Amino acid sequence: MASHVIEIKDLVKIYRLGEVEVRALDGVNLVVDAGEFIAIMGPSGSGKSTLMNIIGCLDRPTSGTYVLDGANVSELSRDQRAIIRNAKIGFVFQSFNLLARTSALENVELPMLYSDNTGSRRSRRDLALDALYRVGLKGREGNYPSQLSGGQQQRVAIARALVTNPAILLADEPTGNLDSRTSVEIMGIFQELNDSGKTVVLITHEPDIAQYAKRIVHVRDGLIQQDERVEQLRVQRQGIAAPVAPVVR
Amino acid sequence: MRNSFVRLGNITIVGLKSIARNKMRSLLTALGVVIGVACVIVSVAIGAGVAQSVSEMINSLGSNFIMIMPGAATQSGARIFTGQSTLTEEDVQALRREASALAYISPNLRTAAQLVAGELNWSTQIQGVDVDWPNIRSWNVEQGAFFTDGDVRSGAKVLVLGKTVADNLFPNGDAVGSVVRVKNVPFRVVGVLEKKGGSMMGSDQDDTVVIPYTTAMKRLMGQQKLGGIIASASSAEQVGEALDQIDAILRQRHRIPPGGDADFMLRSQEEIAQANQQQVQLMRNLLLGIAIVSLAVGGIGIMNIMLVSVTERTREIGIRMAIGARGRHVLLQFLFEAVTLSVLGGLIGVLVGVGVATGIGKIAHWPIVVSPTAILLSFGVAATVGIFFGFYPARKAARLDPIDALRYE
Ligand SMILES: Nc1ncnc2c1ncn2[C@@H]1O[C@H](COP(=O)(O)OP(=O)(O)O)[C@@H](O)[C@H]1O
Ligand SMILES: [Mg+2]
Repeated sequence: MASHVIEIKDLVKIYRLGEVEVRALDGVNLVVDAGEFIAIMGPSGSGKSTLMNIIGCLDRPTSGTYVLDGANVSELSRDQRAIIRNAKIGFVFQSFNLLARTSALENVELPMLYSDNTGSRRSRRDLALDALYRVGLKGREGNYPSQLSGGQQQRVAIARALVTNPAILLADEPTGNLDSRTSVEIMGIFQELNDSGKTVVLITHEPDIAQYAKRIVHVRDGLIQQDERVEQLRVQRQGIAAPVAPVVR
Repeated sequence: MRNSFVRLGNITIVGLKSIARNKMRSLLTALGVVIGVACVIVSVAIGAGVAQSVSEMINSLGSNFIMIMPGAATQSGARIFTGQSTLTEEDVQALRREASALAYISPNLRTAAQLVAGELNWSTQIQGVDVDWPNIRSWNVEQGAFFTDGDVRSGAKVLVLGKTVADNLFPNGDAVGSVVRVKNVPFRVVGVLEKKGGSMMGSDQDDTVVIPYTTAMKRLMGQQKLGGIIASASSAEQVGEALDQIDAILRQRHRIPPGGDADFMLRSQEEIAQANQQQVQLMRNLLLGIAIVSLAVGGIGIMNIMLVSVTERTREIGIRMAIGARGRHVLLQFLFEAVTLSVLGGLIGVLVGVGVATGIGKIAHWPIVVSPTAILLSFGVAATVGIFFGFYPARKAARLDPIDALRYE
């Protein structure tokens, strides 16, 4: 088992807008180990989203290599990247991105419907319920997103990201749409998941949020400027249910 | 294998949930197909009904039936009739004597008239014929008797009523022996015909009256020429021979050289059937064409709304792709939605179509034949329409870039 979950070497991403070339990423090197909690920070336009899209296998680099969980994923086709996203990456977005008019449980079950070893209906349901319990949403399985608060919606999204037991949780400004108290709660969930061994990659421009991570990477003009291990600010335990079943990778 | 089957099942779940989540939109999407399929069912039902009644009517002419009409046939087969018939009683006598392949022959004159019996009156068609007529038309008398040779020779004022006429003028069933006035001339009812049935688009074969042709010529029409002649060949095999004999005899009698344009036209039952079948087929094709166009319009409606739906749901597609949906998952989902909607529309369309067809049949007294084939066919066509018109929007959805789709507001 590779201890490096993410290995990025000389990563370049160039956007071409007609004649103009934008070097959104200009030679990024980054290694993330299993069990890390890393925050990627930087001002607007620095290349955070571009980096996240590549780490999340939504996009391909122009050059350079990206090895995810031991597999080189820099040059995969669309469908191959979809398979990798499904198996190895759990996305958490700023705007939650839950399916409307779809219960929390069904939202969490969704990734498993696109999985190659999809399992039975029953086991999908059990896994989804388990994930919902882990983010503290027992009793809300049947609620639609419109019947949940922002914090609760984000918890559903985290449960959905978690349910396939991915190699990394990739969160893009997960607290951007939440008030500060709820933001702290959400960071607490990430910390608890990280404590149980999950690798978390957090993208944010807020220093307040970044301080809940164990390591902060500063990006500017498509380059990593600073990469530091920091003293993690701990969120007080919220009494969230412990995993019902142990998660084995 | 098992795996891909399971995944197809998952896509089905995804698609069904999506349809259930947007009931109104789904209903509107399916509406076009509902109308299209209903149109197909109705038009096929009407077409089949007409075809059936036409063929019933033609079959009821009798299988060895031959019709001789005044007027010339042009090369294209159209009939030109200038109004002056050249067919005579002597022609009939000559044919009866000389055409050996004929079993029966009778003049056939037709005129419309009003019949009065006591308080009641009834407008109908009067046919002037000879005593062979029941044999030619295989149409027997139910009450009383047909008029006799003597009646024909003397031009007797007797008539035989069709069932419909008898029922309307004599509701008590006491027609035979009663007096009926036609153009103020009193006639005696000698018989009532059995019910023939086989009405066509509202025209009822039993709405007729038969009298001796001599009487019709003298009393009612005042003409010496015959409006037409009907005959019956001795057997089905001898129809061709009979047609040849009639042609030869009439040409000789009318002094028409071989190859010259005849002043009469011959039609066998088979030819009449063919000509009618062509017309009926034309009508059916026309109806079907209209129905297919409306089904296509329904399909375009599905495509339209599916396209709107793909745009509306760009974000949803982005989410699905981000969490691992592949191109074909999205393609299949939308295709499945389109097909389900069109099949659902087809199902409702079949119900509506059968309902409307039956309703039209009841109200307008049109013959309606709802065939299971038409139902199955339009159902299949509806599904095909869904695949065909759903494919483009589905492919569009499948080709979306997940990053752009996620960013879509
Ligand atoms: N799809 C794109 N096409 C062209 N230029 C882009 C595209 N996406 C990002 N960029 C450019 O790349 C640079 C980095 O953008 P981005 O990764 O979105 O930064 P951040 O998320 O840190 O704000 C910016 O200059 C931006 O304008
Ligand atoms: Mg950004």
